[in-house]
Amino acid sequence: MIIKTETITREKKARSDTIQRLMAFGALLLIFISFSFASPYFFTFRNVIGILISTAVNGLLAIGVTFIIITGGIDLSVGTVMTLSAVMTGVFITYWNLPVPLGVMAGILTGSTAGFFNGIMVSKFKLPPFVATLGMLNVARGFSLVISKLSPIYFDLDKSVSSIAMGSILGKIIPGFEIPNAVLIMFGSAIIASLILSKTILGRYTYAIGSNEKAVQLSGVNIVFWKTAIYAVAGIFIGIAGVVIAARLNSAQPSLGLGYELEAIAAAVIGGTSLSGGEGTILGTIIGAFIISTLTNGLRILSVPQEWQIVITGFIIIFAVYLDVLRRGKQS
Amino acid sequence: MDDVLLLMEGIDKSFPGVDALKKCRFELKAGEVHALVGENGAGKSTLMKVVAGVYSKDAGRIFYKGKEVHIPNPRAAQRLGISMVHQELNLMRHLTAAQNIFIGREPVRGARILLDENALNDKAQKIIDMLHLKLNPRSKVADMSVAKQQMVEIAKALSFDSDVLILDEPTAALAQVEIVELFRIIRQLRDKGVGIIYISHRLEELKQISDRITVMRDGLYVDTVSTQGVEIDQIIKMMVGRVIYESSPEIPENPSQEIVLEVKNLNRGNEIRNVSFNLKRGEILGFAGLVGAGRTEVARAVFGADSFDSGEIIVKGKKVKIKGPSDAVNHDIGYLSEDRKQYGLCLGLDVETNIALVIISKLTGFLGWIKNIKVREIVKGIVNKLSIKTPSLNQKVKNLSGGNQQKLVVGKWLAKDTGILLFDEPTRGIDVGAKSEIYHLLNNLVRQGKSIIMISSELPEILRMSHRVVVMCEGRVTGELDYGEATQESIMQLATLRNNGNLSNN
Repeated sequence: MIIKTETITREKKARSDTIQRLMAFGALLLIFISFSFASPYFFTFRNVIGILISTAVNGLLAIGVTFIIITGGIDLSVGTVMTLSAVMTGVFITYWNLPVPLGVMAGILTGSTAGFFNGIMVSKFKLPPFVATLGMLNVARGFSLVISKLSPIYFDLDKSVSSIAMGSILGKIIPGFEIPNAVLIMFGSAIIASLILSKTILGRYTYAIGSNEKAVQLSGVNIVFWKTAIYAVAGIFIGIAGVVIAARLNSAQPSLGLGYELEAIAAAVIGGTSLSGGEGTILGTIIGAFIISTLTNGLRILSVPQEWQIVITGFIIIFAVYLDVLRRGKQS
Repeated sequence: MDDVLLLMEGIDKSFPGVDALKKCRFELKAGEVHALVGENGAGKSTLMKVVAGVYSKDAGRIFYKGKEVHIPNPRAAQRLGISMVHQELNLMRHLTAAQNIFIGREPVRGARILLDENALNDKAQKIIDMLHLKLNPRSKVADMSVAKQQMVEIAKALSFDSDVLILDEPTAALAQVEIVELFRIIRQLRDKGVGIIYISHRLEELKQISDRITVMRDGLYVDTVSTQGVEIDQIIKMMVGRVIYESSPEIPENPSQEIVLEVKNLNRGNEIRNVSFNLKRGEILGFAGLVGAGRTEVARAVFGADSFDSGEIIVKGKKVKIKGPSDAVNHDIGYLSEDRKQYGLCLGLDVETNIALVIISKLTGFLGWIKNIKVREIVKGIVNKLSIKTPSLNQKVKNLSGGNQQKLVVGKWLAKDTGILLFDEPTRGIDVGAKSEIYHLLNNLVRQGKSIIMISSELPEILRMSHRVVVMCEGRVTGELDYGEATQESIMQLATLRNNGNLSNN
């Protein structure tokens, strides 16, 4: 008798978990439909492409930060590390006049290196992730300013760095289907990240550490190694974001970056990644990123002043975190 | 003696302030179930954590299959073939059974980074089949009952092809049917030649499952006996046979018959089952039982820190509703947590502020201005009364000794003049001298007409202090003993009494 009721409540719980996962997608759909009715300019090819492009950078950052949040940590440095990656790309291509692919590699490697150091601080030296990455936020920001001597690094137009993000390989293959590369890069990265999380050892340990780090350690897993690896892998996506934003602006803007980290964390949380670790998906995170950029875009089309857009985004984030608290409360 | 699997000799281990193990020895043969028993804090788990590589020993030698070994970490223990199922389950609730079983040893393919989920589930299924468990390798641990989670832990321990399996209180959270199932598994493993170390508080289980019994007490090895030739009573004597408190009991004069607190049929899930008791004015009511018997749960429920499903709380003849600690405080009830550092004190603040926190609401003037002189006066009075040893009232609390910290917590409730005090392990972690001061303090409090419930896992303390003793086991009250009837043996009997002790239960 007791066992029966137990299974029923468990089934109920499992069902409500799925509902919660679908909720983010439902919300995105709802936002889309509402704006489509509210304005004839919203659901047009051009505007949808606009939304996609504006999601790309935040989406990439959010992918990276999702790894970290699933381990039970947090990464505040993603915004300024992205900037440092962009600056390093600029240094390679413009200052040193090296080929574009090398510059891209340099950007990605910068992101991964910063992640590596974050990982070392958190795993080896046991710094709380909040503090360690807050430090990294400033270190990366400072380096960006020092290296660039406080001024933007512009790319030569004939090097066509900009086409990395704004060109359209897809448009060349299927004429008329001009989806910019930045969007493809984001979706490609999302698929790869998703596979890493679900199919590889690194992904398994990401969830396991976030679920119960002590248990993983007692099972004989080398926590220092794997945590560092997870942070470094997450850093790769931050580096890619740096390259994409440099290409989009056709320059590396050293003063950019602050505030991006919060938007990325918000995307992950809206998408169902639990701040207490152990759960989260890349698909959810991407949906979360789309919710934020669709809202911003729609509100702009409806001529809501920008300051009010910020207020509304704030409320959405609070609401999303509240959902996370509800979810956690149910578990305990 | 070639079938000796594991031999530990002269094992020492100390933690800051405590010698947890002193010259301990332990021997395990292949194909035996060797029970390890002792009171709370006797060092059983610590000794086993040394073998399992969780703690490193300070001194002593460990021989495994005839060779001396060093076990610096859990992985080393597992490589040797020593696995431990910890008392607090160490599972990752977000992962599936199979993923938990093989954490750290996942089958891989493709450049050694891709997981082979099918192979993983197949391997897990094999172990599950071998043990005849009813378990789906693909179901999430978070969705399982505690008993099933325990099965996952055991499957995990066995997946190492262990020759030594350590089970720390494996039946603590299990129902009778599940225990039968667990014993079946244990016997099956024993017959295969696995050496099993079985830590348990439940003495009546030992006869059923163990071949030999080793008794520990206060971090010392007492004796190893064959289960066949020994009575449970003898084991209990070996567990408690010590004389720490040489002074005679300090039972104050009889309390009045006025009942200040009555709890009727308190229930919450499996943790609190039909608990009833009463507390008289000027009485110390001891709550005895083993760790996990539900004593703290009852105290917290009465205090309103946790909710309960059903039951009545009657304070001074009036039925009251306690929804939270503030209700309890308004009804003159105070609770002193066993974890005073986490729940009782602000360690970073000074002595004065800590006491003042509970009284400033009554001592503030215009716009919340605190009447500092008056506060200081009251605080000084309390510090003197309890003879709290502190260089000044501005000393940070974290710099005080454990005993003085405990007095300070008491002082907080004194400042509020609370009549009913629930003490949860009041002398945990403080030295013998400070203990006797706390005892004096409790006696003085009841002489002043206050009433005290004292939860304690130390039997001599319960015997020395209590007018009456309520004994709990598995969430039930299994007996109530008057000062005259209570002995270590009688309490231990009741504290290990499983399901057949209480008529009111099922």
